[in-house]
Amino acid sequence: MAKRDRLSGNEAVAEALRQINPDVMPAFPITPSTEIPQYFSKYVSDGRVETEFIPVESEHSAMSAAIGAESAGARTVSATSSAGMAYMWEELYLASANRLPICLALVNRALSGPININCDHSDSMGARDAGWIQIYAENNQEAYDNMVQAYRIAEHKDVRLPIMICQDGFITSHAVQNITLLDDEDVKNFVGEYYPEHSLLNPNETMAVGPYSVSNFYMEARRAQAEALHNAKAVVKEVADEFAKISGRQYGWFEEYRMEDAELAIVLIGSAAGTAKDAVDKLREEGKKAGLIKIRMFRPFPAAEIAEALKNVKAVGLMDRTESFNDSCGPIGSEVTTALFRAKKSCETINYVYGLGGRDVRVEDIEKVFADLEDAAANGTTETYRYLGVRE
Amino acid sequence: MATDISKLVETCSWRDLTEGMQIYEGGTSAKFHTGEWTAVKPEFDAEKCVQCLLCVPVCPDSAIPVSDYKRGEFDYDHCKGCGICVNACKPGAIKMKGVNK
Repeated sequence: MAKRDRLSGNEAVAEALRQINPDVMPAFPITPSTEIPQYFSKYVSDGRVETEFIPVESEHSAMSAAIGAESAGARTVSATSSAGMAYMWEELYLASANRLPICLALVNRALSGPININCDHSDSMGARDAGWIQIYAENNQEAYDNMVQAYRIAEHKDVRLPIMICQDGFITSHAVQNITLLDDEDVKNFVGEYYPEHSLLNPNETMAVGPYSVSNFYMEARRAQAEALHNAKAVVKEVADEFAKISGRQYGWFEEYRMEDAELAIVLIGSAAGTAKDAVDKLREEGKKAGLIKIRMFRPFPAAEIAEALKNVKAVGLMDRTESFNDSCGPIGSEVTTALFRAKKSCETINYVYGLGGRDVRVEDIEKVFADLEDAAANGTTETYRYLGVRE
Repeated sequence: MATDISKLVETCSWRDLTEGMQIYEGGTSAKFHTGEWTAVKPEFDAEKCVQCLLCVPVCPDSAIPVSDYKRGEFDYDHCKGCGICVNACKPGAIKMKGVNK
């Protein structure tokens, strides 16, 4: 029987990992993800999991050890945030190019500088082209559920790519919520044992991982890797459907909230969705046709489906919790706008930068966005790249 | 995804590559002439050689074949001309020579 428990996002992810019982966890502490390896190493010490915990000296080493372990055939997990992920940068690309289904529990935190320990998405959004699958959570329940689904996606024979399971630093990672946990046995059966077809520890096969590719092969190698990420799209959906059978909770590539007849919509990722849903409800009570799309899977990006979900919208707010420093748009702004253009869909778009470095996002802030959208829908706008909640 | 490395030729499609460019076979470097690009090579003087075999284990490319406890001529298909063997050879039986000299 599933049970209710009150857990922080970090506790929820550590609990899911206890149930998954991966083979190896190399990790180095960094706020706000520190608690994940901290709780998990206690499970190791208490003999509640059989995992080899490797207390490495840096995140560079953590991801290197993860690559080694996964190449050897071990189901591997690590956890990090912000500068820790930045220090893994080189290895992130190696993990995906070598097709190693490592799971990284990422707790989103702003990149320095100025130095800051609070939530925004600059860490994982910076790594959006690293070839990893990226799944984001709105709350603790989703962080737990996404972690349970992670290896089924990453290890799928058509995919074999590393996966980031992201949650918002402090807002999700440290806030305690009532969530529903699955039985250990159900998680174990759902995730299954890991039997890679090839591995360095296979005594019946010699093997080399990560050989040099000259120009005659490099481009074909990248094309093959792109195909694996493409395949992940269908697999994320399949795994979500199977997960719904054991949990009763249905996930997809993104969540549509009151989008049926929406004329004004916002698209965002992560914990701000809860606040934004309150704003949408309030506007609906006032008779305004407001809706929301919360992206769960950012890599691969479900472009055509998001464009389809926005087909009747007159104005859309594209909400980026990161500054891309390109003087034009953020990642969500750029990718959703591209999706709309390719779908021959023309509507007003305003790209907002919000919530940087843990800046609070209130219902009033989102209402302000919808007021801007209403004005843009009626009168058009040329001010398409804005900051929300900044002191002018 | 194909796993037969014999398909990995320069005209193959991306579909025929192994997953992550992994190689599922040992000792495959023997099939590639990795010594082609060197500008210098060691030369072996059999008259001076005392067959101590100290040059053999220091060769990073296993380019000094041994048979019946005796070393033979260098395998120039795989020798990259690093010169480590020259340093290891006490009787002075190995000298570096420029390829075109």
